[in-house]
Amino acid sequence: MSSVVVHQQPLALVPTLGPAAWRADIVAHLGAGKRIHTLYARRGSGQQVLLTAVLEDDGGSSRFRRTQLGPHDVYHELSSQFPALHCFEREIHEQTGLPMPGHPWLKPLRYEGQDQSAMNRHSFYKIEGRELHEVAVGPIHAGVIEPGSFRFMCLGEEVHHLEIQLGYQHRGVEQRLCQIDPRRAGPLVETVAGDTSVAWAWAWAAAVEALGGCTLPIDVEVARAVALELERVAMHLAGLAGLAADIGFLQGASSYGRLRTTAINTSMRLCGSRFGRGAVRVGGIGMQLPADLLADVVANIALLRTDLAIINEHFLTAHTVVHRLQGAGVLSTAQARELGVVGMAARSAGVAIDGRQGRDQGAWHVLPLAASTLVGGDCWDRARLRILEMEASLAWSHDALQLHPRWGSARQTVGPLQPQTLVTAVVEGWRGEVVHCLETGAGGELVHCKVQDPSLRNWMGLAIALRGNEISDFPICNKSFDLSYCGNDL
Amino acid sequence: MITMIKVADVVVLLVMPFVLTGVINRVKALWSGRKGPPILQSAFDVVRLLRKSSVYSTTTTPLFRMAPWVLLVTSLASAVVAPLLGSEPLASFAFDFVWFAYVWGLGRVFIMLAALDTGSSFEGMGAAREATFSTLLEPSWFLVAGALSLITHTPTLHEALALRVDSAAAAFVWTAAVAALLIVLQVETARMPIDDPTTHLELTMVHEVMVLDHSGPDLAAIQVGSALKLLVGSSLIATLLNPWAGESSLRAASSNLALVVVVAVVVGTFESLMARFKLKVVPLYIFVALGAGALALLATTGQMGSGR
Repeated sequence: MSSVVVHQQPLALVPTLGPAAWRADIVAHLGAGKRIHTLYARRGSGQQVLLTAVLEDDGGSSRFRRTQLGPHDVYHELSSQFPALHCFEREIHEQTGLPMPGHPWLKPLRYEGQDQSAMNRHSFYKIEGRELHEVAVGPIHAGVIEPGSFRFMCLGEEVHHLEIQLGYQHRGVEQRLCQIDPRRAGPLVETVAGDTSVAWAWAWAAAVEALGGCTLPIDVEVARAVALELERVAMHLAGLAGLAADIGFLQGASSYGRLRTTAINTSMRLCGSRFGRGAVRVGGIGMQLPADLLADVVANIALLRTDLAIINEHFLTAHTVVHRLQGAGVLSTAQARELGVVGMAARSAGVAIDGRQGRDQGAWHVLPLAASTLVGGDCWDRARLRILEMEASLAWSHDALQLHPRWGSARQTVGPLQPQTLVTAVVEGWRGEVVHCLETGAGGELVHCKVQDPSLRNWMGLAIALRGNEISDFPICNKSFDLSYCGNDL
Repeated sequence: MITMIKVADVVVLLVMPFVLTGVINRVKALWSGRKGPPILQSAFDVVRLLRKSSVYSTTTTPLFRMAPWVLLVTSLASAVVAPLLGSEPLASFAFDFVWFAYVWGLGRVFIMLAALDTGSSFEGMGAAREATFSTLLEPSWFLVAGALSLITHTPTLHEALALRVDSAAAAFVWTAAVAALLIVLQVETARMPIDDPTTHLELTMVHEVMVLDHSGPDLAAIQVGSALKLLVGSSLIATLLNPWAGESSLRAASSNLALVVVVAVVVGTFESLMARFKLKVVPLYIFVALGAGALALLATTGQMGSGR
């Protein structure tokens, strides 16, 4: 019984097609308006490149499609036709060196294995024109958060094009994860993108548990889901506080900021970490819920709901806030679909993708969650969606704690992992779907792992949403997407 | 009495800029449920900055080093003709509101040139925004000052501001002048909803981005200069509001001082309760001041016509 999307198949049974058939299959799938979770490659034996696509099917299930390219096969790029694949193809080219003639923009994503000066060899996208001026921001952020280089092409105050260059924090996460015992990798995985610890840890745990043939009781699933929702609430509060600060709305900034403390302190009471580290462990959870703590958690959730209602009212009815956010950074539904934007950025642009909806088993099956989708796609709707999601998450967590007030099941020991198996796990984190794909070798050891934060796909959404906006609106657009730099850089 | 007022004027000039900045920050803190820094925090900051040394980029020229001090001197030059205590200021002469407008303009030009001097793309954007806004603001000031001068039949700023509301036209001019001067104050001192003095986002800044490269004593000069402008702007409004304005008396002086603090509280409340405007809405906001000034001027011509 799994709350999150998990798909596992022995390698021998994974459909492996010829390059042409594989391509036709992907084109048919994406052409029908369906989604892809991820597309990645690894070097096979000899000169071969092994491409794996994880496609989303109806009903939230997924399937694998593989192909193998020899040294004489040519890979025909798909990004021109399906821009949603651009980040995957850039990553594949960077990691395997697979040539991709015709690809519109093959700039490396994170300059893997290279000195940072390699970035200087790849110029930014250029637009010619006497009236245009370029504004370079970063890579050191003014608020000293994470590094990213932003290049704006502006006509006066209006932005024509924004290019976002990341990769400054590449640490070799995927290589490292293959070197250690996956059953003990939890503490490492949850620090890869530190603001999404629970979602990352859960995706990893779900994949490893599937490989170890381990099923978890419902109270563990609910406990994980409560931790995930608490993380969502805390990060939405942090994001709204930041957004309010960026537009100079003092009351929002201070009240949302204050409430975030309540949310993260609740996390700390549960798992010992304000950022949800240790909440999810392979085989179970790292949380306990004695009766007195349960009462405190329920009380904190009630407090959050009451106080949020007050500040939300202020935020949503302040004319200057509405006026400032409405119409800024619009990402249309068509653009969101075309770019493969995921998570809350997609849901606020009318694309109803949410891994917690329509589940036939697990935590969100025993207790369904209210769905939230908006259609505006602007900063205003991204802010409103976060408010709606917080309300839904708090209401759900409250009910879940009534339904499963005891989290008593002991952590299970995960045995040897199944050899020669491919598994993928998809968890709907606060920002969007976290996708982990693991592949084991003959001895059950990891031979490849692909870990993916939703930020990888959403950064382009931000760049496109900013077009035609004033450059002074960039900070609020950036904050409303709230993407991870380290989650992209790995 | 007059000597005493002038001495008090100098004291106010030295102390109140810091107090006003502190009052605004305290008001904002209270609105957001915090205790806030000490009232004189900005004075402590200036002392701290004066003990540091300045850092200069190699692309800058001596102009960059001059600009902060020009801003400080021009702010002082505007302060000596402003009725800080509601009565005759330290210096006063016919049509001193023209002097007033252009010493502020001079300080601003120097800060803008210094910003361009750094060669930074942010600072150039900030300078362009500042130039646009101040171009729109200048006519508002002249319309308001001209209307006040016409209706009181006096050529000096402090006498014009000590307007007696004794007719419908005077009441209209008075109301329009208070509204316009509040907007002038918000724009000139880079307060919300025009500019956010606390933001760290250089892409959204107007005034703050132009002074990013200044440090140490230079930055202290800019901060004191800006705080002085805040005092001067607030005292203009306070004098308009002051029922005893024009008297050289203790009650005029003390009520003016109290009203200056009230203006700071109003500015702080504005900052606490509303979000900042979109950049392209700011000109519209300045047009409100411009419109108020134009209407005030029209009102004075009406009164003059009926008087004949």
